[in-house]
Amino acid sequence: MLKPRIIPCLLLKDGGLVKTVNFKSPTYIGDPVNAVKIFNEKEADELILLDIDATTNHFEPNYKLISKIATECRMPLCYGGGIKNVEQAKKIIGLGVEKLAISSGVLDNGKMINDIASAVGSQSVSVVLDVKKKLFDEYEVYTHNGSKRRKKNLFDLISRIEDMGAGEIVINSIDNDGSMKGYDLDLAKKIRQITNIQLSISGGAGSLDDIKVLIKECGIIGAIAGSLFVFKGRFRAVLINYPSLTDKKNLFKI
Amino acid sequence: MIKIIDYGLGNVQAFLNVYKLLNIPASSAGKISELQEASHLILPGVGSFDQAMHLLNDSGMREELDNLVLEVGLPILGVCVGMQILAIGSQEGIMPGLGWINGDIKKITSEKSEIDLHLPHMGWNEVSIKSKDELLTGLEEKPQFYFLHNYHFVCADEHTSIGTTNYGMDISCIVKSKNIYGVQFHPEKSHHNGVSLLKNFSDLNCA
Repeated sequence: MLKPRIIPCLLLKDGGLVKTVNFKSPTYIGDPVNAVKIFNEKEADELILLDIDATTNHFEPNYKLISKIATECRMPLCYGGGIKNVEQAKKIIGLGVEKLAISSGVLDNGKMINDIASAVGSQSVSVVLDVKKKLFDEYEVYTHNGSKRRKKNLFDLISRIEDMGAGEIVINSIDNDGSMKGYDLDLAKKIRQITNIQLSISGGAGSLDDIKVLIKECGIIGAIAGSLFVFKGRFRAVLINYPSLTDKKNLFKI
Repeated sequence: MIKIIDYGLGNVQAFLNVYKLLNIPASSAGKISELQEASHLILPGVGSFDQAMHLLNDSGMREELDNLVLEVGLPILGVCVGMQILAIGSQEGIMPGLGWINGDIKKITSEKSEIDLHLPHMGWNEVSIKSKDELLTGLEEKPQFYFLHNYHFVCADEHTSIGTTNYGMDISCIVKSKNIYGVQFHPEKSHHNGVSLLKNFSDLNCA
């Protein structure tokens, strides 16, 4: 049987790894290649690497660094940040990345999903939506590290993304980012019900129990976590960690 | 020496890293002259069927690969879309495949219509080994590998399917015809099981 995926999320800024809270106050975590080596040893299911500077500062993806990380990475890698066109997408896949995370580019030009999927295959296209909760169970979609609000209805957007040929949707809760208070389960369940492609949820995981609950509620899903896998203890000391095989088996028990 | 075919798709470096870890000589081959010392070939792939065929046809290595695989008989391992292009053709595109293994590539569908199957088949899944093969020596009982695909190999001859996985339906995920092997999953990204499989591949002696 296919297993749920437990995915550490690594944020890149100025060539180093950081962790944010509500998309703000980045704390330096360490060197990305070193972190990847540790996740290799721990046999992580997948990694997601997001360059949080690229789009905001209009940078090209840092191909040299992506290549270095992809080379070191012995698990599947998803890269996001600054991807605006098919040429960049093909180049990054050529560096040995399995999946591309796209966000603001898609919201500017929906056809881009279709173009990239035609070039690299829809299995390699993940669309990341950064969302903030409003009153009355409505959600707003943001890009540019939560600084640019998009006038789009989240649920309409999701069905459009699916129609355009994406393979995965990643929902990233700005409210829960770095809070370690658990995932937004209501939202996860709602989106799981309306999507036929793969879904991963990010923002808020503070313990393995949070992941267990997400899997219990949503079934086969990607559980993404940042703080949980890079911090230890109440003083948030940097310590890269990941559940063991036994821990994982326990998480999958429903 | 093991040669990873570098035609612009897939993680050439990831394969080289695994072999470096195992202390087994391997290098990439992006042109005919670099195929000279080949004892084993790996055809990696991440991408779409037509893109893979375009790139391989334009790589300048196509004829020599036909020769090395079909005439000389070197062991070859196609991975993911590199496995799919071993077939005659694919529902995903219009280009003819290499046609080295008799079969076609079709979209994954659920056998039971009441189950909503989320596509792509993405993540870690168990593989059932159907027939013994040197490629699979020493693997765990139900080894897990990483999958990422929408389309799957349908073998014309059932005996070419030597390993299956289940996602909505049984999927042939390890195929073999003489010296030609294909795996749908990514051994280069499948931790210890992937390392074992790639080690076994390097030990094959088909020629």
